[in-house]
Amino acid sequence: MKLLIVDDSNVIRRAIQRAIGEPDYEIRTAGNGAEAINVFDEFGPEVVTMDITMPEMDGLMCVDMILQRNPGTRILIISALADASTAVEAVKRGAQGFLLKPFTAETLNTELVELFRD
Amino acid sequence: MSEDDLKVFVKGTERFFAQVTATAAEVSTPFVREQKDRVVSDFSAVIGVSGTQRGCVYFTAPREMVAELVKRLGETEQTDEIYADYVGEIANTISGNAREFLGSGFMISVPVVFSGPSHDVRFPRDMPAFVIPIMWSGHNSSLILCLKDDVEIEKQASLAEALSTLGVN
Repeated sequence: MKLLIVDDSNVIRRAIQRAIGEPDYEIRTAGNGAEAINVFDEFGPEVVTMDITMPEMDGLMCVDMILQRNPGTRILIISALADASTAVEAVKRGAQGFLLKPFTAETLNTELVELFRD
Repeated sequence: MSEDDLKVFVKGTERFFAQVTATAAEVSTPFVREQKDRVVSDFSAVIGVSGTQRGCVYFTAPREMVAELVKRLGETEQTDEIYADYVGEIANTISGNAREFLGSGFMISVPVVFSGPSHDVRFPRDMPAFVIPIMWSGHNSSLILCLKDDVEIEKQASLAEALSTLGVN
């Protein structure tokens, strides 16, 4: 399965990669929304983990653009923004899950499994 | 900025260190920074705040502390770029988590990071800087809040305009 990790922090991108530790995932990364769109078009991932607060293009706009390209993409938001309205907005736009930072490897893997439950 | 706002950041800082490192941080009573106080450490990150409040949130920490934090995260790469990146992430996470209580109107920027022994961090002059001292695993770091309610800013702007109209500088 192809997974795209989008976060402006290299440390967090690498932490997500380590946490998944899943040999079945083919993983690519992007450091902002604009870069994510380029990687998405070239790589065609089925799953995306998406930060929200990023330079160039934020995560919510990036969710819109990804779902315009492929509405079947499963998107897990991983953000520090803890207010309820941000999570609601992300789901409204089509994200399937929301994981609050800081996260553990266990909660991340649980959320990734949940993405495919529906 | 109210006392309740300060408490949000104190609790948020304690929660961050407990969740990420499983080692509690000792967060001391905040104080107002004076010119003589040297609070800037080896790595610093600044988050710009707009919306219901305006100003900045700073996190600053010594190299040894950031190195240990990164190591606890399972990161094997130990470079200045990684340290600076993670200091930015800490500032972003604590600020973003504060929106649980401060609401979505507490809008935060991406972090800007500074490093080096003599890096210069400017604090706004028109508002106090509240320093929250954090001791974690034997290392001293600080979260620094320079925040003002938007209403206060509007009042000050109105006052300045009124004084200007009257010819008072």
